[in-house]
Amino acid sequence: MQLSPDQERIRATAREFARREIAPHAAHWDRDGATPRSLYDRMADVGLMGMMVDPAWGGSGADFVSYALAIEEISAADGGISNVMAANNSPVAAAIEQLGTEQQKTDYLTKLTSGAWLGCIHLTEPHTGSDASAITTRAVRDGDEYVINGQKAFITAGSTADLAMIIAVTDPDAGKRGISAFITPTDNPGYRVISKENKLGHRTNDTCQVAFDDLRIPATDLLGEEGRGLGIALGNLSLGRIAVAAQATGGARAALAAAHAYARDRVTFGKPIIEHQAIAFDLADMATQVEAARQLYLHAAQMRDLGLECAREASMAKLFASEMAERVASKAIQIHGGYGFLNDYPVEKIYRDVRVYQIYEGTSEVQKIMISRNLDTSEG
Amino acid sequence: MKVVVCVKQIPDPADPGALDPETRTLKRDVKLILDESDSYGVEMALQLVDAAGEGEVILVSMAPNGERSGLATALAMGAASAILISDPELVGSDALTTAKLLATAVKDQGADLIIAGSESSDGYTGVVPEQIAGVLDLPSVTAAKSIEVDGSSIKVQRQTDGGYDDVTCPLPAVVSVTAGVVEPRYPSFKGIMAAKNKPVEEKSAADLGFDASQVGWAGAGQEIIEVTDAPKRQAGEVIEDDGEAFTKIVAYLENMKVI
Ligand SMILES: Cc1cc2nc3c(=O)[nH]c(=O)nc-3n(C[C@H](O)[C@H](O)[C@H](O)COP(=O)(O)OP(=O)(O)OC[C@H]3O[C@@H](n4cnc5c(N)ncnc54)[C@H](O)[C@@H]3O)c2cc1C
Repeated sequence: MQLSPDQERIRATAREFARREIAPHAAHWDRDGATPRSLYDRMADVGLMGMMVDPAWGGSGADFVSYALAIEEISAADGGISNVMAANNSPVAAAIEQLGTEQQKTDYLTKLTSGAWLGCIHLTEPHTGSDASAITTRAVRDGDEYVINGQKAFITAGSTADLAMIIAVTDPDAGKRGISAFITPTDNPGYRVISKENKLGHRTNDTCQVAFDDLRIPATDLLGEEGRGLGIALGNLSLGRIAVAAQATGGARAALAAAHAYARDRVTFGKPIIEHQAIAFDLADMATQVEAARQLYLHAAQMRDLGLECAREASMAKLFASEMAERVASKAIQIHGGYGFLNDYPVEKIYRDVRVYQIYEGTSEVQKIMISRNLDTSEG
Repeated sequence: MKVVVCVKQIPDPADPGALDPETRTLKRDVKLILDESDSYGVEMALQLVDAAGEGEVILVSMAPNGERSGLATALAMGAASAILISDPELVGSDALTTAKLLATAVKDQGADLIIAGSESSDGYTGVVPEQIAGVLDLPSVTAAKSIEVDGSSIKVQRQTDGGYDDVTCPLPAVVSVTAGVVEPRYPSFKGIMAAKNKPVEEKSAADLGFDASQVGWAGAGQEIIEVTDAPKRQAGEVIEDDGEAFTKIVAYLENMKVI
C-alpha cells in the first residue's frame, strides 16, 4: 500500500520518538516492571495519546492508517507501552469522542489527549473474557447516581490510569441489551486495585485486578445510552484488532532487525552466519511474513478510513500478525543461538512481549470464529 | 517578534549520495531533508517567539527542484510560513551568491532577528550567515548557544573554545547557532497535518532581481579544483588490562590535559 506524505511523516516522527525516547530504556523498564509517567506526557506532546480525536478536543485528527503505523513504531520499541497508548486512544478516547456529552468531552477527553490523564478499559472479569456478555459487575441506579459493585481482571494500566471506562450490567434480565458503559476518575473512593499481576511480557505496564466497592458514579457519567455498553465496548473492536495486528508487526519487525544485525556479526565456521544459506533463508522468510502482516493491517485500516465494513479483514490481520509475531520472535532467538536466551539481547524480551497478541482483543480462536462465519462463498 | 530562520535542505546523511565527478559538488537530485544542524535554529526561534508571546517564525531556504520536504519538517515544528528559492539557474551557486539570494529574500520580511545554522552538514563552508549580515549591513553574532531578547537588543552567549562570551547586540541582527545547544522538538502530528496548509512562496532568481550571469556556475567566484579523501585516522593506542591499566589511562588523560 502506498502511504500519503502525511502518513509517511507521522510514521517517521513516531519512529524517531520511539528510537530516542523508548528503545534505549525499554529493557530497564521491563526489569523494573514500570515506566515513568513522564514518558506518556511526552508521547501526548507529539500527539500519540489522542491521535484520531478532533483537534477541537486536543487530538491530532489523524486517520486510522496513521494511527496503526504509529502503534507499530511504538510497539517495535516496547509492546507494553504501545498497549497503554492503544487503550487510551481506542476504546477510551474514541468512545468518549463518539458518544460523550459536551460536558464529558470537556471534563475528560481533553485530559486524555493532552496526556494529563491516562485511560483504561474495564471489560474482562475473572470468570469471563471471550464471552463478554457474561459479565456480572452490576450497576444499580440510586437517584442521580449509579452504584457499581463487582470485580474486573487484566486491566491494562488499571493502577496508573486516571480515568476508567467501565462496562457493567444495568439490567440483568435484558441480556446483551442490559449492559452499559460508564466513565469515572480512578481516584473515586469505590475504585480499589486488588493486585498488579506478575506477567510473562508487557512488564513495562501494569495489568491489574480491580474491585468496585459501592463505586458511585453520577448519572451524568453514563457513557452513551443505558443498555448500549456492550456495543460501545465492542463497537470499536475492528479498530482494536487492527491496532493489535500493528503491535504484533512492530514486535516481529524489531526481532527481525535484531536477528539480521546479529547474523551479520556472528561468525561460525569462518564466516558470518548470514552467509550460511539456512540463516539467510530464515531471515528472508521472516521479512516476508512481517511485510505480509503489515499489508494486512494497513489494508484493513484503509478500509476503515474509507468507512467500509472491515471486521473480517481486521480479524484476519490480527490472527495472522499475532501468530506470525511469535514464530518470527522464536526464529530470531534461534538465530542468536544461546545468546538469544539471555536478557542481554533484545530478542528474549520481544519473545515474551509478543505472546499476548494472540490473547487479548479476541483470542486467535475467537478471530477464527469470526472469520469462518464470514467466509466468502463467491470465490468458487 | 518576527524571526526569520535560514534552513538548508540536504541529502539524508544516513544515505549520503555521491559527488558529481564533473563539478565535484554533491549530487542534490535525491530526496532532501531538513539539515539537522538547522533544527536547532528553528527550535531557538520558536522558543523566542513563545517567550515574546507574539510573532512568528518564517523560513527561508534555497534548494533545487522546488524541494519542500525539509521545509515541511520545520513548518510541522511550528514555523508559520516559508520562502523557497528554487531555480534551475541556481545550480552551482557558491556561498556568496547563496548569501546574496537569501539576504534579498529576507530583506522585505521586516524581521527582528535572522537566525542561521553555523554551518551546514553537507557543504560546511560556515560563512553564509556572516555574508548575509554583510549584504544586509546588519550586526552579526556567531556561534550562539543561547539568545535572550531584551527590548530592542539581544543578549547572546557566544560559544568559545574555553567557555562563552556574553555579547549584547542591537536588533535587527543575524545570529548563527551552534548545533546541539537546544533540544529540537519533535514535529507534532497536528503540526504535520497543519504544515501542508501553511504558505510556501516559491521565488526564482529573476523574482529576486538576479539575472543568470550573476548566479549559478556563471556567477560563482569559486571553483572546486580537486577533492581528496581525508587522511585515514591513525590506529589508536591499545592498552591491555593487566590489572594496572587504569594507571596508564589516567596518565594518558593527564597528558591530554583533560583531567
Ligand atoms: C496483558 C493483558 C492485557 C489485557 N488488557 C485488558 C484490558 O485493558 N481490558 C480488558 O477488559 N481486558 C484486558 N485483557 C483481557 C483479555 O481481553 C482477555 O484475556 C481475553 O479476551 C481472553 O479472555 P479470557 O482470558 O477470559 O480467556 P477465555 O475466554 O476463558 O478463553 C480461554 C480459552 O478458550 C478459548 N475459547 C473461549 N471461547 C471459545 C469458543 N467459543 N470457541 C473456541 N475457543 C474458545 C479461548 O480462545 C482461549 O484459548 C488483557 C489481557 C492480557 C493478558
